[in-house]
Amino acid sequence: MSRVTLDARRLLCPMPVIRVQDKIATLAPGTVLEAICTDPGVMSDIPAWCRINGHKVIETRSDRAEYIVVIEVGEGE
Amino acid sequence: MTEQRKAVALISGGLDSLLAAKVIQEQGIHVEGINFYTGFCVEGHTHAIRKKDQKKSKRNNALWVAEQLGIKLHIVDIVEEYKDIVFNPKHGYGANLNPCLDCKIFMVSKALDWIRKKGFDFIITGEVIGQRPMSQRKETMPVVSGESGAEDLLLRPLCAKNLPQTLPEREGWVARGGLYDFSGRSRKPQMALAAKFGFEDYAQPAGGCCFLTDAQYSVKLADLWRARGSKQYEMDDIMLLKVGRHLRPAPHYKVIIAREEGEGNFLQGYRKQFVSIKTISHAGPLALIDGEPGAADIELAARLVARYSQGRDADLVELEVMDREGTSRTLKVEPIKPHEIPQEWHI
Repeated sequence: MSRVTLDARRLLCPMPVIRVQDKIATLAPGTVLEAICTDPGVMSDIPAWCRINGHKVIETRSDRAEYIVVIEVGEGE
Repeated sequence: MTEQRKAVALISGGLDSLLAAKVIQEQGIHVEGINFYTGFCVEGHTHAIRKKDQKKSKRNNALWVAEQLGIKLHIVDIVEEYKDIVFNPKHGYGANLNPCLDCKIFMVSKALDWIRKKGFDFIITGEVIGQRPMSQRKETMPVVSGESGAEDLLLRPLCAKNLPQTLPEREGWVARGGLYDFSGRSRKPQMALAAKFGFEDYAQPAGGCCFLTDAQYSVKLADLWRARGSKQYEMDDIMLLKVGRHLRPAPHYKVIIAREEGEGNFLQGYRKQFVSIKTISHAGPLALIDGEPGAADIELAARLVARYSQGRDADLVELEVMDREGTSRTLKVEPIKPHEIPQEWHI
């Protein structure tokens, strides 16, 4: 299973969500995407976006001022 | 078997777009949502920046609406393209720097491009005749559908019965009898429809969800344009207009002073792009200087920062001034007295 990292630090919502959305559009189902963000809003927004668009959040964690959301890309379209 | 028709709904996150999409879903149409990010959206940003707001639960209303409806939501970044709408609105500004009619036309035209690319059949908006004084009037409805190029592919389910039939109605994809005839500024019909559908916890934006409708924000943006001699902005500019106390002692520079810790942390990220000032001898805010300040300007800016620090009543306050290259020096200044700050410096 391939793993990809996305740097969305210093972006405020919804930009991290848009970056995740655009990145996922280029990834195959099953790929794991780790989004590293600094806006705490991503902890609710990215999982919400994933729920409605068919992707799975595997993990969310915060590390000092960073918020990390790990996603398994679903079938999408 | 009849082909299931597909519509894209412009989802702002407010009640009207929620209801419009739901009305069409109820007619068996496959609906997906589209949300355009202009950079000026109010919700979230001040929340993310200000420390006192970070503890409050926060949601993105467009995503919340999509979840309530069980539809996909496509969020589209239009920050760059949108600048032309803000700079040169063909139909002018509203009460502030809000180009609402041009904005609506632009978003519908973007939605039209999207449905053509994705093979969808028509577009839904939550517009209601008379709901907004600039962009949602009887006369502007055909302007939006005409100038966007959407024409009769644009269906407004909440007020469709007050408007000519659209293609989805004529083709029988949507029954006109299942649409509504809302008009005016009253929210009661929408609230009643929300209750009928079982929606309770919907967003109640007052005057829309765009910073450009905010008088104070518009004053700051107009000041920025005046200072630069032309209408222009970058994403960082529009973010910084949302943060801190802005004072312009002279046309060639202004001082942005954090009002609390969260704003200070946010401004910290801009220290390589601006001259910055931070108090050393007393607790105090971080400030940025936007423009090209000379030595005397920096000293005056330091006196202003000292004024908003814990040392405001001290004889002298020591501060660190850092240039864009990261070179710092210290400065001792007398905090400026409140009566020495002309009201017109406050933007």
